Amino acid sequence: MVGWAIAVHGGAGVDPNLPTDRQEQAKLLLTRCLNLGISALRSSASAIDVVELVVRELETDPIFNSGRGSALTENGTVEMEASIMDGSGRKCGAVSGLTSVKNPVSLARLVMDKSPHSYLAFSGAENFAKQMGVERMENDYFITEDNVGMLKQAKEANSILFDYRIPTSGYESCGVGTVGCVVVDSQGRCAAATSTGGLMNKKVGRIGDSPLIGAGTYACDVCGVSCTGEGEAIIRGTVAREVAAVMEYKGLGLQAAVDFVIKERLDDGKAGVIAVSEKGEVAYGFNCVGMFRGCATEDGFMEVGIWE
Amino acid sequence: MGWAIALHGGAGAIPVDLPPERLEPREAALRRILQIGVSALNARCSPLDVVELVVRELENCPHFNAGKGSVLTTNGTVEMEACIMDGNSKRCGAVSGVSTVVNPISLARQVMEKTPHIYLAFDGAEAFAREQGLETIDESHFITTENIERLKQAKEANRVQQDYTPPFKPEDKKETPVPDGDSKLGTVGCVAVDSLGNLAAATSTGGLVNKMVGRIGDTPIIGAGTYANKFCAISATGIGEAIIRETVARDVAAVMEYKGLGLKEAADYIVHQVSPKGTTGLVAVSSTGEVAMPFNTTGMFRACATEDGFTEVATWAI
Repeated sequence: MVGWAIAVHGGAGVDPNLPTDRQEQAKLLLTRCLNLGISALRSSASAIDVVELVVRELETDPIFNSGRGSALTENGTVEMEASIMDGSGRKCGAVSGLTSVKNPVSLARLVMDKSPHSYLAFSGAENFAKQMGVERMENDYFITEDNVGMLKQAKEANSILFDYRIPTSGYESCGVGTVGCVVVDSQGRCAAATSTGGLMNKKVGRIGDSPLIGAGTYACDVCGVSCTGEGEAIIRGTVAREVAAVMEYKGLGLQAAVDFVIKERLDDGKAGVIAVSEKGEVAYGFNCVGMFRGCATEDGFMEVGIWE
Repeated sequence: MGWAIALHGGAGAIPVDLPPERLEPREAALRRILQIGVSALNARCSPLDVVELVVRELENCPHFNAGKGSVLTTNGTVEMEACIMDGNSKRCGAVSGVSTVVNPISLARQVMEKTPHIYLAFDGAEAFAREQGLETIDESHFITTENIERLKQAKEANRVQQDYTPPFKPEDKKETPVPDGDSKLGTVGCVAVDSLGNLAAATSTGGLVNKMVGRIGDTPIIGAGTYANKFCAISATGIGEAIIRETVARDVAAVMEYKGLGLKEAADYIVHQVSPKGTTGLVAVSSTGEVAMPFNTTGMFRACATEDGFTEVATWAI
């Protein structure tokens, strides 16, 4: 038996001028989600159940870029995506192009558990959602005023905007919101889940790293990993799989693996990673200005942070 | 060292008693298309151009499950996907849910070169194709009688099926090489390396017979069905869901890089020691001009050549 561990994130790449009250809101949400996960772990919930539960909570709250509060496509619509992976057995499920599903991570779980496939997208995924009877909402549920404003700014700047950047500041910000959770339970089973609305002002149909197994999400016997940041860099670097691969093939420990991948596998890209190991360890790393994150382990350690 | 190229037309339970009229057109196509790739390499085209060119040919050939000849979704429609990756830069492009674009691999290349994104799907991919002026055609172009028949059989058997299952009679004794009894394969792909060690990989597919509308397989997922870096280039084929779980393409390269294995060793290890039997085949080339084409299924339509004159076209184990 190993001690459980959990980590959550709400996106890497934070505007250093983010108002204090918004920082506090974010930290409160992260704390709440951690505590939700901790209660579940104390009741011996399995890692896969805990990651889903926690990401649902993150999706439902509009603060971060997933579910409600998702970034908008160039057409002002939402196209949400998510993936989930169970380290024991490495079953996985992913969805993209969702427009009405309240909790994308739960639909990803259903793809994993109740379909013959691993990944469903767009109208096929929406049909599956109807068949499964998951909770669905009208489009305006997901769209926040904040994001409508951000889209307008992005179009004016004619750029793809990472959520937390102010276009005029000239400040090198990185990453986008995305949310994620990784857990190792007391049986040593790891799991990971990631969910996002994607890039602000993205082209309709654009898929990022979050639903791609091996890129934004990965879990196996040795660890569970969820990433956030520049999707294209995370895909190219197969970041989530890479953390596990260097542990398996190079024998690196969890933190060393996370550090190695952030340093060596992102090229010029900006991203953040949270990870847990089968041994009950938790680790995170990021190469941009900040990452909304929280982590906790069974021995009582708990931390919520934004900056270095 | 010289250039090397390998291509495939799908791995799966290709029965060893496949009738000549079904085998010969495929092997002839592989031979012809291999030559096209070889000529391009001899003309010093870049590996990225070569893999795109070769996969376009495979897509245009109705005998393989990509482009024309793609297997059908449960609705009888075509939803194609493709992916291309350049080893040096690790730039990549992928598309899914394409139904009117004549050459999905070229659309994937456009995504890589003309957008800040890597992956576009469904309506967004179709719209982008039109923006870029790629050749599009009525969906019926891609649909063959063979595939209509395969879909019908799969529905009767109520299963999702890979495309090379021959006309199925339940009383026939066939090999059951895969755990769930379905033979799953299909996809085309090509990997190439030039004499300077530049690598590229490309993969294209119609997916699984009778797949759910919207189902995405391993082909467009970087690290699963397609991958290239400065060590090697990989294109995989087989049961998509298994290839995704095993991150097959990335793992071959990772094992080379982190364990110091050569290409053949690395590819054999992933295919024969790690991937479940009956699920996976791949073609691979390395920066030093090695070629590997392992598969753990009954067969894999494949071909390869190296600059020193070696060529091979085969379906089952040699």
